[in-house]
Amino acid sequence: MKTVFERSVPGRHCTILPACDVPERKPEETRTAPLRLPELSETDLSRHYTELAGQTFGVNDGFYPLGSCTMKYNPKINEEIAGLEGFAKIHPTQENAQGCLKAIYLAEKYFTEITGMDAMTFEPAAGAHGELTGLMLIKRYHELTGHPERNEIIVPDTAHGTNPASSSMCGFKVINIASAEDGCVDLEKLEAVCGEHTAGLMLTNPNTLGIFDKNILDITRIVHKAGGLCYYDGANLNPVMGIARPGDMGFDCIHLNLHKSFSTPHGGGGPGSGPVGCKALLADYLPGRRVVKDGDVYRYTEEKPESIGKVRSFHGNFLVMIKALTYVLTLGKEGIPEVAKNAVLNANYIKSLLEDTYDVFRKGTCMHEFVLTLERLKKETGVSALDVAKALQDYDMHPPTMYFPINVHEALMIEPTETESKETLDKAAAAYLEIYRKAYEDPEYLHNAPHRSPIGRPDEVGAARHPKVKYDFEG
Amino acid sequence: MGSYIPSTEQQRKEMLEKAGFSSFDELYADVPAEVKLAKELHLPSGKSELEVSRFMRALAEDNKVYRSVFRGAGAYSHYIPAIVKSVVSKEEFVTAYTPYQAEISQGVLQSIFEYQTMICELTGMDVSNASVYDGAVAAAEATVMCRNPKNNTIYISKAVHPDTMKVVKTYAWANGREVVEIPLKDGKTDARFLEGKSGACVLIAQPNYYGLIEDAKEIGEITHNANMKYILAVEPFAACVLPSAREYGADIAVGEGQPLGMPVSYGGPYLGFMAATDKMMRQLPGRIVGETTDHDGRKAYVLTLQAREQHIRREKASSNICSNEALCAMTASVYLSAMGPKGMKEAASQCYAKAHYLADELEKAGYPRKYAGDFFMEFVTECEDPKALLEKLDRKGILGGEIVDKGILWCATELNTKEEMDELVREVQK
Repeated sequence: MKTVFERSVPGRHCTILPACDVPERKPEETRTAPLRLPELSETDLSRHYTELAGQTFGVNDGFYPLGSCTMKYNPKINEEIAGLEGFAKIHPTQENAQGCLKAIYLAEKYFTEITGMDAMTFEPAAGAHGELTGLMLIKRYHELTGHPERNEIIVPDTAHGTNPASSSMCGFKVINIASAEDGCVDLEKLEAVCGEHTAGLMLTNPNTLGIFDKNILDITRIVHKAGGLCYYDGANLNPVMGIARPGDMGFDCIHLNLHKSFSTPHGGGGPGSGPVGCKALLADYLPGRRVVKDGDVYRYTEEKPESIGKVRSFHGNFLVMIKALTYVLTLGKEGIPEVAKNAVLNANYIKSLLEDTYDVFRKGTCMHEFVLTLERLKKETGVSALDVAKALQDYDMHPPTMYFPINVHEALMIEPTETESKETLDKAAAAYLEIYRKAYEDPEYLHNAPHRSPIGRPDEVGAARHPKVKYDFEG
Repeated sequence: MGSYIPSTEQQRKEMLEKAGFSSFDELYADVPAEVKLAKELHLPSGKSELEVSRFMRALAEDNKVYRSVFRGAGAYSHYIPAIVKSVVSKEEFVTAYTPYQAEISQGVLQSIFEYQTMICELTGMDVSNASVYDGAVAAAEATVMCRNPKNNTIYISKAVHPDTMKVVKTYAWANGREVVEIPLKDGKTDARFLEGKSGACVLIAQPNYYGLIEDAKEIGEITHNANMKYILAVEPFAACVLPSAREYGADIAVGEGQPLGMPVSYGGPYLGFMAATDKMMRQLPGRIVGETTDHDGRKAYVLTLQAREQHIRREKASSNICSNEALCAMTASVYLSAMGPKGMKEAASQCYAKAHYLADELEKAGYPRKYAGDFFMEFVTECEDPKALLEKLDRKGILGGEIVDKGILWCATELNTKEEMDELVREVQK
């Protein structure tokens, strides 16, 4: 495909602005560097992006069972509401914005109820940003309660990669612990690493193997007993919302991925939103200001002196929160557990269709997702998890998450979500089984997959070794 | 109640049975009874689409939409060409995940590659990442890129956006770096303060929060003479007419990309852009797209230089940031492509000319500018009772400027017509 720069024709342009209606003025110092933006007609531009869209695979193009990403359907009403002028044209510092304040107030009320927290901020713009913010709350807590020496965050090996990275960004030392045989937190190992330097634990429950850690109360108790706090990575909330709450499991703070459990679209990698909730003991440390209700009027409180400070400008990704609020109002108290249960049902159903053929890493009931290990298949046929993932692209579906979690060899992590029908799951399972058969019949075919996409497997090593990260105008 | 679940009662029964369960409750056998919710959530009942639509529309109507806006202060109203919304509403772009599977994500990957190129053009830098959360975080992440084990002090001008100052301070506190504020002289960064100082980096904004054009080249020279890195926060329209960040000597250019086709949206989603010199490429946080080939030699785009990133490096990653504002980055590239080089320069020139016209007229009406010197799109005037003045304008459907230290920070863009500005001046005439 041509780049937008290769489509450019000098002198071509769209007619957007009228002539200036005030006298022309020039800045005292001006740019001498060229400004090589594309010169296109609206037709060129429109067709360019239609072509790009044709080489992009979204949830609306087919099954998208990316483990830990919760790629559910993105309802259209949410988009329509977020596009209303009464939200989109509101300046972030304007006073006359009671509707925005009420929306924030309601969102805080509903999302703290769903998670069992006492307070929430919508400033963090993504899950990883939420993690960083939550860890800052923990850091501030220890600082202000006289324990700055508590500088260690415990992270199990099944954790998302952002957990240890966020801990480092926040100046913590990361203590990795290996999981027990069953994929859950090893209580003995946890006790052994807990001590006077423990600042906290980061955990996702259900974990990335799709297992609900049945020892969750012991885990949070052990960390609390050692003087640490417990952080809940909300990436996997979808299968337990309305069923069990992180607050009741003993967690002190959490982040939510509104772009996962709460149906806001992923946008090819954002914008998302990663609100952070906490128990009362951390509430004064939250960033920014909170919304309170005085009679019929909503207003901001003053920022607390103990606050960690701001983590993003203004009020975070406000319109993403509006979409999630629209979704929660649609679901209501009945719909939220309904979603959770059907997410778990769909995962267990497709697992039951695959488990006689593929090796499931951990047998038994899963939550929203499960992990296959293709170690045996690879040994017997040479076909890897990567090969299978690439082959799935030829069946009009998105591959699952690959090579994660890191403690499972040749891992494929499947999360179907509740918005997929039985027919879709049946069709997907049939594709997985067909690929399995092919692995024994014609492994070479799978090594070269995909066969129907616009390009074959790209040379990633070459890309990193000789980085070409922008268009070469001279070339 | 809606839930977007397609399976029927009958199908659910069949699926449960196939998976070996007799009820939904059995699916949650691993959840200890003590943590299971004993009662239903304290939330309203689910609603139909029409009811939800009515409710949310009523909320939107509780906000005031102004017919005339003279406020920027970090969130700018510009004209957004119709093509922009049309392109970025395409379902493939809206509903796709981060393009890890390159073979079926060439569209998103190419759009990011094109975005990176455009950001390099705007800033004059060598390499851009695929975006970060917003302008304030871009500045904070840039200071993280400059971490220097010998001296971690960050010098930051008091005339950056107040939220940028706050966010940089939060990030610096979290990983133990010191922040020193550079004082101002007549509304501009006092370059002399930096003489004889040492540290990791210097961060200023061009134009600064008050709209003033800083002596950015001179500050860059002082910074480099002290062996510190130079971070310049640039405004994307100003960047089209003022010297580029590269020409000013920046090692890292950052900025808020919201003005490039995104509505003000009560604060978000916005877009942080970040670009750097080749030398600092491997310190850049976040996604970067590179061009390569597939096994048949066809051109292909991939996420590259991933050895910097959290999913590979975990606690040793250069930042924890992963996916962030991809669709906003696409918005910016569609906007920049629709405007083209001439359109961007024209829009920027109009912002400059209109702000100067408004400043002159306000001065005649009794509101002199607070600070001397050249300015872009924004300026501060004296005002004894800014609150009363803004309330008066509010009643006329006009959003006046932002209150800043006993004055008002006004903003005029290509959206503000001469008639609107004349009306504003008539309203505030002393």
